[in-house]
Amino acid sequence: MRHIISIKLENEAGALSRVAGLFSARGFNIESLSVAATNDPTLSHMTIVSVGNDAIIEQITKQLNKLIDVIEVKDISKTKHIERELLLLKIALNKKLKNYKEKQKNISQCKIIDSQNDVYTIELSNTSEQINSFLDKFDQSEILEISRTGVIATSMKKIKNNT
Amino acid sequence: MKLNGAQIVINSLKKEGVEYIFGYPGGAILHLYDALNLQDDINHILVRHEQGAVHAADGYARSSGKTGVALVTSGPGVTNAVTGIATAYMDSIPMVVISGQVPSKLIGNDAFQEVDAIGITRSCVKHNFLIKDITKIPTTIQKAFYIASTGRPGPVLIDIPKDITINTTDKYDFLKTIEMRSYKVIEEPKQNQIEKAAELILSSQKPIIYTGGGCVIGNASKELIEFTRNLNFPITQTLMGLGAYPADDKLFLGMLGMHGTYEANMAMHHSDCVIALGARFDDRVTSDLAKFCPYAKIIHADIDSSSIGKNVHVDVVLLGHIKLILKSLNIVLKDKKTKNIDSWWSDINYWKSFESLNYKTSSKKIKPQSVIQSLHKVTNGDAIVTSDVGQHQMWAAQYYNFNKPRRWINSGGLGTMGFGLPAAMGAKLANPKKDVVCVTGEGSIQMMLQEFSTMLQYNVAVKVVNLNNRYLGMVRQWQEFFYEKRYAMTYMEALPDFVKLAESYGHIGIKVEQPKDVEPALIEAFKLKNRTVFLDIITDPSENVFPMIPSGAGHNEMLLAKKDKILSKNDSGLNLV
Repeated sequence: MRHIISIKLENEAGALSRVAGLFSARGFNIESLSVAATNDPTLSHMTIVSVGNDAIIEQITKQLNKLIDVIEVKDISKTKHIERELLLLKIALNKKLKNYKEKQKNISQCKIIDSQNDVYTIELSNTSEQINSFLDKFDQSEILEISRTGVIATSMKKIKNNT
Repeated sequence: MKLNGAQIVINSLKKEGVEYIFGYPGGAILHLYDALNLQDDINHILVRHEQGAVHAADGYARSSGKTGVALVTSGPGVTNAVTGIATAYMDSIPMVVISGQVPSKLIGNDAFQEVDAIGITRSCVKHNFLIKDITKIPTTIQKAFYIASTGRPGPVLIDIPKDITINTTDKYDFLKTIEMRSYKVIEEPKQNQIEKAAELILSSQKPIIYTGGGCVIGNASKELIEFTRNLNFPITQTLMGLGAYPADDKLFLGMLGMHGTYEANMAMHHSDCVIALGARFDDRVTSDLAKFCPYAKIIHADIDSSSIGKNVHVDVVLLGHIKLILKSLNIVLKDKKTKNIDSWWSDINYWKSFESLNYKTSSKKIKPQSVIQSLHKVTNGDAIVTSDVGQHQMWAAQYYNFNKPRRWINSGGLGTMGFGLPAAMGAKLANPKKDVVCVTGEGSIQMMLQEFSTMLQYNVAVKVVNLNNRYLGMVRQWQEFFYEKRYAMTYMEALPDFVKLAESYGHIGIKVEQPKDVEPALIEAFKLKNRTVFLDIITDPSENVFPMIPSGAGHNEMLLAKKDKILSKNDSGLNLV
């Protein structure tokens, strides 16, 4: 099963390689990894998407917690959460292929950063699943360049009293 | 007052109460050596190889419970130290290794004697630090010692660029208390879990206590003895756990696992309640996990939550310091009545009647098992015994009968040949009044021979019992059993004269070839209190370690020497790993 693991860690050189090294040394799977500093410059927030059964995810969580630089680990896929991924796509539509009009329409629904003739650079933020199905609408030959950030996520807490 | 980085390092080490540093100088660490030379509080032991330094610091730590300290230079200094660091990591030994690094401005330039020490050691340390700012030296060293010695202990490496050790500063304040938001140790177990465990313990009809290195490292021997005797339950220990519970006690079934006793392994297999204390269900203990303890509920007490549930499903989790867990359990279980387990004891006594540690004695060939038994006799079972890795290690574990913790020092997790001699040196320095013996083989000893020179320089007197069977014995044993006696790679014709070798290092060498001479030679060696004595004992080369669970078999599928029949690879149909 796919799990989204949210990690708070010290914003120090080497912290990322400790996490990445743990996954490769213990044979855990990483589907995506995304990391950046937070409003607190000493703190980084990392989101890892991994696939594994409950026992493997439990080990991943425990092993991550054991790393000295790691402050907090949460498997947020178990709770209500929101996940997003950013796609930057350079695409050249081909009139000779089918569904040309429909593809143009799909592109127009995205944020278009640049367009020259039928070559578009577009930006799309959505769940990984939605981004995948968006990409499926195009022919492989039309896609010039893809760049994806990997998933970032946050849990959705009920806020009782925001005063 | 301004101090340079090297002086601040030394002051920080003094503050941690460091008595001994094991090390080897080199370019990047020279400022530190200069500062070390200008003080008298810390003794430096100049080893002959960095691996020896780390193993010596390890032996010092294991025998004393204090944090071991090693000091190495950059590049090859660090890479030579890695085997020692990994050895300490696998056995959870508190240790701080300080390595020199090339000057900050050269890092990443492929400078002379530069390696990425942080990257290379990352997967075999509990944590590591690169000091980039001279003012961070005191707090980094405080944190390193704190991390190394608390929770599940382990080695911590501090890499210090050369310029940091010569720059000066007047900012070198220590932390009053060490608080790290990213490192919190949970020591106190949860009371409701203690009660759940107690309930399971009291309802059990076929219980077994299975303890590991955690009970030794956690200094929980006293509490463990109270726990076990109060319940009157059978107890078995892992290779790393030996000594925490006295081996001579009637409740002790011997070691479990691949070369454990028949009764220990059969009791594990048939138990309905396994009480695992500071043990980690290592593959040499569990064998095939699919066949492991099929009838048992498992209580697992450990300080490392990632050890719990890693290999086997656990029914009751006890997270915390083993000493505190046992104290809490002892309070809850005091005056409580357990089930009648008489029939369980009669099962165990039946398995004991197989006498799985029996071996054929001989008046012509020296049996290695008998050497260990003689060693026990001559040292009253109270020596600190270090070992290398192989058959001799198993025989020492099986036949020495350790009655106290921190007497048995061996590389259980990593299985590092060459560990024994430098570890004995460290143990002797930590325990100058105790007898220290290194039980080794002619294979292992040749991996760290150079430390005999260090032992001469500092007059460290240990006894070396070399069980010389002219083979890499454990390799030969596996080749005999599982490779149709194809003995790939032997060295019988090319062995050194160990007596002359010991003498050339200024020590005493004695060769023993007859069974009747073993005990007198041991007595003579131990009489020479202030000398290192090398006993080259020529043993029966065909002797094998029994009993044995071949890899892939279950605890109830042991091979016993008595049956005198070895299952070959094809007969057994076992998947050999």
